[in-house]
Amino acid sequence: MLHIIDIHKTFNPGTINEKAALNGVNFYLDDGDFCTVIGGNGAGKSTMLNAVAGVWPIDEGVILLDNKNITGVPEHKRAAYLGRVFQDPMTGTASTMEIQENLALAARRGKSRTLGWGITRQEKEKYRELLKMLELGLEERLTSKVGLLSGGQRQALTLFMATLQQPRLLLLDEHTAALDPKTAEKVLKVTDKIIAENHLTALMVTHNMKDAIAHGNRLIMMHEGKVILNISGEEKKKLTVADLMHQFEAASGEEFTNDKAILA
Amino acid sequence: MSYFLTLNPLNLINALPGCIAQGLIWGIMALGVYVTFRLLNFADLTVDGSFATGGAVTVMLTLAGFPVPVALLIAVIAGLASGLITGLLHTSLGIPPILAGILTQIALYSVNLHIMDMSANKAISVQKYQLLISLMHVPGAILTGGIFAAFLIIILYWYFGTEQGSSIRATGCNPAMSKANGININFTKVLALSISNGIVCLAGGLMAQYQGFADINMGRGSIVIGLAAVIIGEVFGDALFRKHMNFALRMVFIVLGGVIYYIVVGIVLWLKLNSNDLKLFTALIVAIFLAVPYLQGKRRNSFLRTAKASEAALKAMNDREVN
Ligand SMILES: Nc1ncnc2c1ncn2[C@@H]1O[C@H](COP(=O)(O)OP(=O)(O)OP(=O)(O)O)[C@@H](O)[C@H]1O
Ligand SMILES: [Mg+2]
Repeated sequence: MLHIIDIHKTFNPGTINEKAALNGVNFYLDDGDFCTVIGGNGAGKSTMLNAVAGVWPIDEGVILLDNKNITGVPEHKRAAYLGRVFQDPMTGTASTMEIQENLALAARRGKSRTLGWGITRQEKEKYRELLKMLELGLEERLTSKVGLLSGGQRQALTLFMATLQQPRLLLLDEHTAALDPKTAEKVLKVTDKIIAENHLTALMVTHNMKDAIAHGNRLIMMHEGKVILNISGEEKKKLTVADLMHQFEAASGEEFTNDKAILA
Repeated sequence: MSYFLTLNPLNLINALPGCIAQGLIWGIMALGVYVTFRLLNFADLTVDGSFATGGAVTVMLTLAGFPVPVALLIAVIAGLASGLITGLLHTSLGIPPILAGILTQIALYSVNLHIMDMSANKAISVQKYQLLISLMHVPGAILTGGIFAAFLIIILYWYFGTEQGSSIRATGCNPAMSKANGININFTKVLALSISNGIVCLAGGLMAQYQGFADINMGRGSIVIGLAAVIIGEVFGDALFRKHMNFALRMVFIVLGGVIYYIVVGIVLWLKLNSNDLKLFTALIVAIFLAVPYLQGKRRNSFLRTAKASEAALKAMNDREVN
């Protein structure tokens, strides 16, 4: 369903800040795959997700979604197929707008914005029901401004918004990294639940190797702008952190040093 | 002492209705400023030019024999177009917001001169034309101004509750989130700038009728007056209604902000302060009203305060140890 074929991206080409962030990334996802993405700081994980989301055009390569070439489609049009949650809890929601207004905006992802009501009464009822599954009490605070929520609540809400209108592909960029361990675990649980219940295809970046192993049916590791490991099926199920470290050393030719412990 | 004897309270009372009428027109203008400044989060300086465009188009078309409402409608369309230009300068050519607005504003100065047949001032007589609003009849002017403001508030209240209006508000609040939710933020920015300048041109058209002429300089400093009205209105509205402040009330208070501003101007003129100092005075008011919410927050939340409090707490602890 998602084919990423030899994509390249260099930031600030021709300047002193030139940085080749993606150097020929290749992989594909099948319908219903839940793939975790790991790699050290600066490996190109966010850049790869941003390339799929269309934040900027890539330099070379092809991105196919459902066999449709979306490489040249701008970000706001690609949004019709994509649900996204970001590392920074501030990014995914409009803080000066109400919780229900944010949901209503997300429910219209991929549709043209008409002069019809921005939110209807039936919608408000529906959101009140649906929000109960998050178990955060947000269903009682539909008219609160999102800016009043904690980071964890905002991430859960963003995740909920990203899947309110079923996306073809869900992109999660370290969406639990800014949360305390307990909240992170809770948000991850909700993530699993939403992905399973809606049979979503998803890419989830994480720095936590255990999480990467425990969640999803696929795993890729990135290093210096390339995919250096691609694990699936039975192999993924039997994977341990130690295996991953050995495989990293074998594939990258580098030792797994302590400053890569961010992976652990 | 003799200065105070020259101040006649009756003069102030006589001037007040005129201040209210003018204040309502500036309040309408301020609703336009509110759309960009607060909802879109874009400080748009186009308005200094487009306010005069509104006056020029209204007066020239009326002189040419168009019915006044039609002239006013075309002025609004001219306003939509000027906002469109600023929007395209920003979104298509990558020019920063303030600069894009200034460029259009400067260009409009020449355009306005052309509209007014290259003269800096065009008079229009209320005796000869069926003007909607005029200082010759102040009570009627207040009524008309009030009706225009009320209609505008109702329309804006509806519009910013629609899917399209919500997408403008989202763009102003969080562009990244908006794009991720499929909103074309270049489109919403251009749209909001157009709407804003359309409203500003409407106000300019009303002002030209009210004062009986269009002037090439009538828009100079209008962005500051608009901001003054927005900020004064918000400070008063928030103080009076606190948590119960909603979008419609906010707009009502912004229009009232324009009225309050003009009453204060009336008082200043009554005190026989030099009217050439009016701009200085306006800048002062805006600075004060911008500073008030900031300073209030700071007083509640200052290092100086915690420094004093912590010193006192420390002293109390030491005293206890000594005993
Ligand atoms: N917009 C940008 N402009 C310039 N350089 C960028 C930009 N985005 C990313 N880079 C650079 O590209 C490289 C890859 O960055 P990326 O954010 O994809 O890493 P990452 O794998 O997500 O790392 P982390 O785990 O720290 O989030 C880094 O060297 C980064 O500095
Ligand atoms: Mg990253």
